[in-house]
Amino acid sequence: MTHTLTRVRTTINGEAVEFLCEPRQSLLECLRDILGLTGTKEGCNDGNCGACTVIMDGRIVNSCLVLGVEVEGREIITIEGIAQGGRLHPLQRAFLEDMAVQCGFCTPGFIVAVKSLLDQDANPSEEQIRQWLANNLCRCTGYDKIIHAIRQAAAEMQEVKV
Amino acid sequence: MKWFDYAVPQSLAETTHLLSTHPRARPLAGGTDLLVQLRSGAKVTGLVVDVKYVPELNDLSYAPTRGLTLGAAVPCCRIRSDQAVRQAYPALGEVASLLGGTQIQNRASIGGNLCNAAPSADSAPLLIVLRATCRLAGPVGTREIPVEDFCTGPGQSALQSGELLVSFHLPPPPSHFGACYLRFTPRNEMDIAVAGAGAGVELENGTFRSARIALSAVAPTPLFVREAGNWLAGKPANAESINTAAEIAKAAAKPITDMRGTAEYRRHLCAVLTRRALEAAVRRAKEARA
Amino acid sequence: MKTDDYVVVGTRPIRHDGADKVTGRALFGADLQLSGLLDGYVLRSPHAHARIRRIDVSKALAFPGVKAVVTAADLPQCPDRLVDYGEGPMRLRHLRGNILAGDKVLYKGHAVAAVAATSRHVAEEAAGLIEVDYEILPCTLTVVEAMREGAPLLHDDLRTVEFGEETGSVSNVAEHFRHVLGNADQGFAEADVIVEREFHTVTVHQGYLEPQAATALWNNDGRVHIWCSIQGAFWARDAISLILGLPPSRVKVTPMEVGGAFGGKIRVYVEPVAALLSKKAGRPVRIVMPRRDVFEATGPTPGSYTTVKMGARTDGRITAAQAYMAYEAGAYPGAMVGFGAICVFAPYDIPNVVIDGFDVVVNKPSTAPYRAPGATQAAFAAESVVDELAERLGIDPIEFRLKNAAKEGTRRADGPKYPRIGCLEVLEAMKTHPHYTAPLGGPNRGRGVAVGFWFNFTFPASCTISVNADGTVGLIEGSTDLSGTRTSIAMQAAEVLGICAGDVNPTVADTDSIGYTGVTAGSHTTFDSGWAAYEAARDVIRQMKERAALLWGLDPTSIEFAGGAFRAGERALTFKELCARMDETGGPIIGRATVKPASTGGSFAGNIVDVEVDPETGKVSILRITSVQDAGKAIHPGCVEGQMQGGAAQGVGWALNEEYFMGPEGTMLNSSLLDYRTPTSADLPMIETLIVEVPNPDHPFGVRGVGEAPIVAPPAAVANAINRAVGVRLQRLPMNPPAVMEAIWKKKG
Repeated sequence: MTHTLTRVRTTINGEAVEFLCEPRQSLLECLRDILGLTGTKEGCNDGNCGACTVIMDGRIVNSCLVLGVEVEGREIITIEGIAQGGRLHPLQRAFLEDMAVQCGFCTPGFIVAVKSLLDQDANPSEEQIRQWLANNLCRCTGYDKIIHAIRQAAAEMQEVKV
Repeated sequence: MKWFDYAVPQSLAETTHLLSTHPRARPLAGGTDLLVQLRSGAKVTGLVVDVKYVPELNDLSYAPTRGLTLGAAVPCCRIRSDQAVRQAYPALGEVASLLGGTQIQNRASIGGNLCNAAPSADSAPLLIVLRATCRLAGPVGTREIPVEDFCTGPGQSALQSGELLVSFHLPPPPSHFGACYLRFTPRNEMDIAVAGAGAGVELENGTFRSARIALSAVAPTPLFVREAGNWLAGKPANAESINTAAEIAKAAAKPITDMRGTAEYRRHLCAVLTRRALEAAVRRAKEARA
Repeated sequence: MKTDDYVVVGTRPIRHDGADKVTGRALFGADLQLSGLLDGYVLRSPHAHARIRRIDVSKALAFPGVKAVVTAADLPQCPDRLVDYGEGPMRLRHLRGNILAGDKVLYKGHAVAAVAATSRHVAEEAAGLIEVDYEILPCTLTVVEAMREGAPLLHDDLRTVEFGEETGSVSNVAEHFRHVLGNADQGFAEADVIVEREFHTVTVHQGYLEPQAATALWNNDGRVHIWCSIQGAFWARDAISLILGLPPSRVKVTPMEVGGAFGGKIRVYVEPVAALLSKKAGRPVRIVMPRRDVFEATGPTPGSYTTVKMGARTDGRITAAQAYMAYEAGAYPGAMVGFGAICVFAPYDIPNVVIDGFDVVVNKPSTAPYRAPGATQAAFAAESVVDELAERLGIDPIEFRLKNAAKEGTRRADGPKYPRIGCLEVLEAMKTHPHYTAPLGGPNRGRGVAVGFWFNFTFPASCTISVNADGTVGLIEGSTDLSGTRTSIAMQAAEVLGICAGDVNPTVADTDSIGYTGVTAGSHTTFDSGWAAYEAARDVIRQMKERAALLWGLDPTSIEFAGGAFRAGERALTFKELCARMDETGGPIIGRATVKPASTGGSFAGNIVDVEVDPETGKVSILRITSVQDAGKAIHPGCVEGQMQGGAAQGVGWALNEEYFMGPEGTMLNSSLLDYRTPTSADLPMIETLIVEVPNPDHPFGVRGVGEAPIVAPPAAVANAINRAVGVRLQRLPMNPPAVMEAIWKKKG
């Protein structure tokens, strides 16, 4: 049984990356097991928990439902690429200040998902946030403090812009 | 998951060639159903054919005279945010927002939803009431079939070996037309329909000029209840006629009892959802441009 | 040190592990990368009950990339005995049997064999080549069925223990116990109104987001190192060493960050299997459970059948209460029905009580604790009946509860007399909360209330504090951190040391690096490990007083420490200043403490819930929910609120849509996070919290554990709200749309 690995060239968190993978390996497996980016989590491996959320070409996806070979030529942003230059993103700060983290396992997926939301809509309503995040399960917080943190970060980011 | 190879054809001809020469090849669009099924062992394959780079499967274009062409691999996020869809087929944009959550909608396609051929496919009833047709391409050419003929059983479709769903065609909406699909799920998001109902109505002076009703999750395939729409034609658009049509839809449903609900509950939901979908469709038809 | 002038306690500092958690740097169970790491995959039984005739692993072993295969034959055979990790005694043979099935599989998902290979795909493929010859046996899936005469027996050596004594009769009932207080018959005779109802709940899962994951290295020196996502490193070490037949000193457990647990990560599952594979392969092996296995093969929490009968006089006093509680243990005894029996009538001062409890095995996964284990099922039953009594008597439901509320000195049916508790205060706070009198604002809406109790555990805990010359300290503790307890523990040390929380650097240590510390469960961590930190900090202060005394040429007893400074007369040195002089006064300072508190102080929590019921579909929407809880003293109010909100959310999920949907052959049909419907962000409103503080006299800061009580009341509160919305009382969980619809149909006839 000789299977050839596929070479994939992609951009991850702004850096050109090349790796070899099996076609059956998901983007999630490639990130974690090949590239050592373990911030992206595996919670269900079937697209229902959102813990593996990454941004691909500007849109959030479940990286467990993307094949590694599919990301050829694409741009990926993972949780490791959210803080810039050693500074936390306002969302990350708000998650800390508002105690929006409990166990922290779903947190990377939430932060990546919400960053993408705020990139599109600077001031989402509670309902829009809840709708946007329906694919991100959190079992610890009941979502309350997460929603608070997101609204706080959004407000803070708007203030900075003004 | 067992080993498979991966191919990225750039043309329709190349795609149908791959699909017809590899008996266990599977087309991949958004992968939100396929990868789950491969992982669970529900499906097996030796070759995954990524169809996202085939131009015909990515087409999303509208002309008021011709209607809408919707490529089978167009992800829901594109459909949802498309201006023409939002104006001419608002219910289609809504259905694109129903399939899974944000992450799923950024990958999943309506074509994939239909090809998965689940009885609960949310897009099917709406496409049926919008009179959509499917364009299929295979090694021997292309053919068109109405959406209501596409699914033939749970997980089974009219696709022949080597054949591929290329696109949908939706005729331009008639004047005073409104459509709506409603599904019932215990959770508000990220759930499979216990039952669903789509309704499309054309009004003329307060009466139904035509109507189409279709159901999901209450039969082995999405169910076109032609007789309910036919009965409505010519009837006044009021609560009485809507209730009768809802009862006809309920009678047509052939649900099973499973973990999502009993057959009796599902039949009941058919009437409730059909009524609500018709009411919403009528409201929209009244608001629609002439 | 009880005072309201705390400087650190009661504030909301940012968590010490926060930056790691928001940047993806925190290392959870599956995140460890070791050179030569292999992936393991566990083959599981497709049958709920079967005898294993033969296992042939030869094809799997021959599969390219496979490095080891193990079965139960690889587990050392040691004599059976009772072991107790605090959840109640368990037989070693049952503990071991759940790791890899011996001659029988007892549930669908029971581990049968495991493979280690160069990738998880290879391991999974190879596991599929293992041939297992099963003799399928009839299965029994519910507690009611399993108790019937002639039901299929799971264990032919399980002899029922009745009232503490082995009866010799073999059945699926592992134990029947009874608590009696006063005379129930007489109490019922005094009642003007009696309500008796029957309740069913089904198996539910903790639903933590992180699947169980473990990496094991069986080293060439015979020592085993395991990195895993586990609630208690020491319990895991002891269980793993028992199962592997090793002395505990040969096993080292390094706890990774834990991605949610709620009781489900107390027991070990894949850890010993990874170790056995590592031993055979000579390389480290990692096993990450697929989500399906998490549902089918870890420990969900019991389904139950309960009847509750309560009587009250027209003046609103409850005269008697009776409960019959039968809980499903799953494959092995241990249904935690005893905990349910403690909690069922715990909020009330009832003179006459009788409670019967049954621990019953069924062909489902061996159950495990889930946040106040056993109490939620019990409260669903009792609080529904209490609500109905109040309704029948025409008394406001909170008023009725207040009239009967347990207080200091009340005797509970299982024996203990309450010390100072906060049941009354919680009910009073609910009554005066604006939510309770706010308009409902629409038809088909209703407001329900309920109250719940969790007694809280106490376990030993250890802590060391090392002082740095810059006036900061390092704090080592043994409680794995599920939700921010590093910080609530560090805060208690900071309060004693007179420094800010940020000047304490807490670390959760492995089993070789800190003294024995109990599992992070039973709401004990902030209580016990916090107490150990308090004592270790006092030990630091004691030693530093000696240093100050040395500097000043005084007797240590003449040195006072207050307001962050050491003083003697006019002389003063702040904590920081004295730290800087550590070297010249004798070198490093390490404070240390171990504690083993005898009592804990239970916690009461209540909910007010507004629902809207769609009368045409039966769907229940939660419009508003308020959680009120006695925290004793909230060390970090943000963490306490988080526990209350999380408990409420899980309680709502349990109330409305979560369930193990079992096929007739014992297969769970909804073993995914799509079909096992935990609430999404679109299913819940904001969750209001109100912390009540009735200090626990048995803790230096007055702490009561808060982690578990908040899940107890919500299902009952939701049921009571549904009744007030549409006039139907549901006595079965989950109260999903088909169930509510059916109840509405039944009412309409």
